[in-house]
Amino acid sequence: MIHRIEIGIRPDQRDARGEHVAAQIRDYLHIPVTRVRTRSVYHVDADLTDDEAERVVAELADPVLQQGAVGRIDDGRFDTAITVAYKPGVADPVGKSARVAIEDTLRRELPSDASVYTSSLFLIDGADLEQAQRIATGVLANPVIQHTEVADWESWRASAPDMSIPKVASEGRPEARSIDLSGSDEELSRLSREGLLALSLAEMKAIRDQFRRAGDEPRRRELGLGARPTDVELECLAQTWSEHCKHKIFNATIRYREGDGEVEIIDSLFKRYIRGTTESVARSIEDAGGSSWLVSVFHDNAGVVEFDDRIHLVYKVETHNSPSALDPYGGAITGIVGVNRDPFGTGRGADLIENVWGYCFASPFYDGQLPDGLLHPRRIRDGVHQGVIDGGNQSGIPYGRGWELFDDRYLGKPLVFCGTVGSLPVTIAGRPGEQKYAEPGDVVVMVGGRIGADGIHGATFSSAALDESSPAQAVQIGDPITQRMMFDFLLEARAQGLYSAITDNGAGGLSSSVGEMAEAPGGARIDLALAPLKYAGLAPWEIFLSEAQERMTLAVPAENLDALLELAARRQVEATPLGEFTAEPFLQVTYGDQTVAYLPMDFLHDGLPEMVLDAHWQPPAFATPSARADDCGAALLDLLARPNLTSGEAKARHYDHEVKGLAIVRPYVGVGADVPAEATVSLAHHGSLRGFVLSEGINPFLSDLDTEAMAATVVDEAVRRQLCAGARLDRIAALDNFCWPDPVRSEQTPDGEYKLAQLVRACRGLADTCQAYGVPLISGKDSMKNESTLGGVKISVPPTLLVSAIGQIDDVRDAITLDWKAAGDLLFVIGETGDHLGASEYHRYLGARSGSVGELGAPTPFVGGAPPTVDADRFVELYRAFDRAVRDRLVRSAATPAKGGLAVSLARSAIASGLGAELELADCPGAHDLADDVALFSESNGRLIVTVALEDEDALRRLFEGHACARVGTVRSGERLLVRHRGAICLDLAIDDLRGRFKEGLDHA
Amino acid sequence: MPEPADLASRRRDVRVLVLSGLGLNCEVETAEAFRMVGATAELVHLLDLLDGRHRLTDYAIVAFPGGFAFGDHLGAGFVFANKIRWQLYDQFVDFVEGGGLALGICNGFQTMVRLGMLPGFDGDYRTPRATLAPNQRLGYWDTWVRIEADPESPCVWTRGLDTLELPSRHGEGRFLPADEQVRERLERDRLVAIRYVDADGRPTEEWPANPNGSPGGVAGICDPSGRLFGLMPHPDAFLYPFQHPQAFRNQPSAEPSEGAGLAIFRNGVDSAAGIAPGG
Repeated sequence: MIHRIEIGIRPDQRDARGEHVAAQIRDYLHIPVTRVRTRSVYHVDADLTDDEAERVVAELADPVLQQGAVGRIDDGRFDTAITVAYKPGVADPVGKSARVAIEDTLRRELPSDASVYTSSLFLIDGADLEQAQRIATGVLANPVIQHTEVADWESWRASAPDMSIPKVASEGRPEARSIDLSGSDEELSRLSREGLLALSLAEMKAIRDQFRRAGDEPRRRELGLGARPTDVELECLAQTWSEHCKHKIFNATIRYREGDGEVEIIDSLFKRYIRGTTESVARSIEDAGGSSWLVSVFHDNAGVVEFDDRIHLVYKVETHNSPSALDPYGGAITGIVGVNRDPFGTGRGADLIENVWGYCFASPFYDGQLPDGLLHPRRIRDGVHQGVIDGGNQSGIPYGRGWELFDDRYLGKPLVFCGTVGSLPVTIAGRPGEQKYAEPGDVVVMVGGRIGADGIHGATFSSAALDESSPAQAVQIGDPITQRMMFDFLLEARAQGLYSAITDNGAGGLSSSVGEMAEAPGGARIDLALAPLKYAGLAPWEIFLSEAQERMTLAVPAENLDALLELAARRQVEATPLGEFTAEPFLQVTYGDQTVAYLPMDFLHDGLPEMVLDAHWQPPAFATPSARADDCGAALLDLLARPNLTSGEAKARHYDHEVKGLAIVRPYVGVGADVPAEATVSLAHHGSLRGFVLSEGINPFLSDLDTEAMAATVVDEAVRRQLCAGARLDRIAALDNFCWPDPVRSEQTPDGEYKLAQLVRACRGLADTCQAYGVPLISGKDSMKNESTLGGVKISVPPTLLVSAIGQIDDVRDAITLDWKAAGDLLFVIGETGDHLGASEYHRYLGARSGSVGELGAPTPFVGGAPPTVDADRFVELYRAFDRAVRDRLVRSAATPAKGGLAVSLARSAIASGLGAELELADCPGAHDLADDVALFSESNGRLIVTVALEDEDALRRLFEGHACARVGTVRSGERLLVRHRGAICLDLAIDDLRGRFKEGLDHA
Repeated sequence: MPEPADLASRRRDVRVLVLSGLGLNCEVETAEAFRMVGATAELVHLLDLLDGRHRLTDYAIVAFPGGFAFGDHLGAGFVFANKIRWQLYDQFVDFVEGGGLALGICNGFQTMVRLGMLPGFDGDYRTPRATLAPNQRLGYWDTWVRIEADPESPCVWTRGLDTLELPSRHGEGRFLPADEQVRERLERDRLVAIRYVDADGRPTEEWPANPNGSPGGVAGICDPSGRLFGLMPHPDAFLYPFQHPQAFRNQPSAEPSEGAGLAIFRNGVDSAAGIAPGG
């Protein structure tokens, strides 16, 4: 029996959500709606009596604000009604909570097959049926996950209330099938393509050959398996071997050539440039007589470094790009709650202490051609923000860093970076916290949510470009509350030492988590029929691969199993033994009595044929702007309002920066707390003054000119920001996240060799700079198919590398911010300014102003010129001197001039301090002979702007003797930024005007 | 005047139960705050209170910390409050009637109002008489606010406080009394213990000084006994003086010795310990 319950706002109260929706409809669609009323609808599919349903309504409706009814609320006419409901199988966390509330209210349990389904109803005044249809799909619902119904007043009145529910129509118990791989090459390729396996022909053949060999083995025959793989085996291999999981491109052999030069053979970018960097940094620390502060790198779910005698720091940043393109809200919330599970699955589990976010979008003001199948970037932006806001805020983890970057080449795929810092106890239940020690005989236990069809093929899907056939089922919707309850339970189990190993169920689900954990003990045997399902009808391979969220896998010593299950029951968290780890080197999967997979561990993890790829570098050529700014002041004001430089505060303040009570330097600083900090500083736990510092560098614009300069620049920027917050130079670690367009040459990607050469060069720039600065790379991720081909148009993202740095500060009270502290303080510029306007914000501004528009998918015109470079060995000397100045407490403010150059950096510090300054550009090292606009807007690396008290000038000068460092001016109380170049005024602006433009940039976006 | 050692021991004897679990998030810093002012604080999972492993009567203070209990699905604090109401509420009412103190912060305030613990007129702690509605500007908003305490309020938690700045972060904080009578009584009995004030120190309904549009600038209320107090801003996130957003603009010597949020916790603990204000 289904009861339909409607809850709405009382007519005498404001419907804040309705007003918000009405404003969106007017702004986005220009439909002049006059009023929107909202209703929450609950379809309760249970054995409620009518009387019980009435009691539930009375309880659900807030007595002050709301009204409710079984059936419909009748409070007068409207023009059109729009119902938005989930499609079958889409996660409905609110429905789960409603079920709890109903059971509490009625003081009884509902039957196990009962469900509550939520939907929303919008009653609109001022829109006809056709307009309502546009509102439904354009503002209210995403057809990928939701279903809409539109009705006008008359037909609504005439019809009975809608009692349909999105119950998954499921029956039976599908069996595993064996797959015939004996066909032609063409058939093998077709199998891979149509089955969404994303396996290459060479990989399909390797699998075929393996099973031909294994088909005669007595053990395999005894288990009822033959020379053909089962679908469980094939799917498991496809996902384990996916680009997403195996990083095939980073592990490939690459033949790299520049122009007509010699071919250089690179045996794995990962080994040479990523792991090689970290090993080299660790060696230099030890060579210098120190001891490495790296605890665990590369082999676990996140990197681990030493922090204090209680905890280690854990850090991981992930991307969730493809799902966010299809369903921005669901994809993004899954991104943040998903990356939370990485530190939680590192060692034997870290506490989660800080989140970060960062997005690359097309401009929210985009008004060009929009290929079919793509959502408008404004909708993607709003949805992604809301998803990550809800995911992190509800989980009770504060946000540190947050940033947005705009370029219209992210139209096809937005990049959604989410990261989490964890604190891993140095010792957990008597053993080092970073150790996992699963042994044969330990029980495989799945904890958390149930398994549904959600996210099947997520790993292989993210390893493919978006096109019309991209599967909607690849979208999951994260549920923070279910995860929070699971984490709370696991933290108790961790303290009691109840499990020996833990990892998360993310990409590839159980196949990945069990497959990985089995490596240490040797193998594993599990029974999929034991796994708890959301609904019947899932095939064994679907159960094995499902990416249903909020699940972790544990290894539990047999003697602890009862205690673990009892604790789980007490905490109302589902925990299910599925099998055990074994010493036999096979992953054996049964479905009840039948064996459905028997994979040798070495083939699963090492059977993948290595790729050999070609990379060819040809320096590109771009024009430089023909017209320059004649008024640098006007240009600076325009730059401050550009989406890439503007404040961004209106979105950022929807994120919780305070929970846990550990925040010290927050994402926004200054007298009005409205200027982005160079880096954030936070305590790691109560009762200590030691802090950690987060910053990042990203600059995909430079990739148009040279990815090597790009990579070096982003490392330099991340490190400079660390220093500007007061972090120690000798304790900075970094994560690398590569988001590339497909760099493998093929029919669809004729320029693959160039894109791969861009990847090689980026790795080189990253490695060289990190080694010179002594910054180890402790974790990273690559995402290699960031493009869309829709409506016949291919749009690739610019090659993008995010470097996320985590540093340490011995006493958070010594943290530094970018705002000038007092009139009379002296301004110093450290580092040289050169003519580095290539791909700068200033050149892109001039290009946009010139009125010429690039092709869809091409860079802004006129990005030519020299990109900034990094002379790492020289820069690091400056940074060492600066580090000493900070330890000597000479530095009162510090800022990192980067995008927009000295001018934008000075403007930000002025806005943040409410003070003015007077300075001479010609005194800045290197700037004397540059033109005004070059000196102001050049994006040269290796620079810091610093203020010191008058009495500390000599001390600072002594530390920088022989280095590029000059006193250039003075902080003034006059609230004007006055800049001269060779004596002539080139900028003279009021701080209020700077602030006004800086804060308006993304208004109305 | 009692000796400081005696004061410390009396504070240590104050046992504080800080609720946790089911989506509460601020239990650790809330417990830390009580410990920093000398009390003995314990985290207790709501499910362990439900199954009788812990009893409220063993404690002098119960704290409802901030968070997103059950994701705030169906309304802030609703599912959590509903669970208490139908399974545990007699114990809570007994605790309050026996002289216990309660503090609700943000989600905890929402929960106490849902339950009817606040405003708790005439000893009736079971009838909801107000709600915390969605912010006037829809959505969660994170900012620091300035609040002013009413010196005439019976609230024991705000005794001696003047104005202070605290972080505020919520999506449903607009305090709406059920009707005009409730509003008048709250004002008349001085139960509005704290209000949002603007830069000039005047109570305000204007964003962003008032982050949710609460009429009359109401930021927190107490019951007529003054022992039960709930507020939207977070004293639990201002425990150290260098956490103030402007801390790095000040000379270190100008810094106060502790985070301003601690005064609220100290007031509650001292009241439970029978220590006179300023003792």
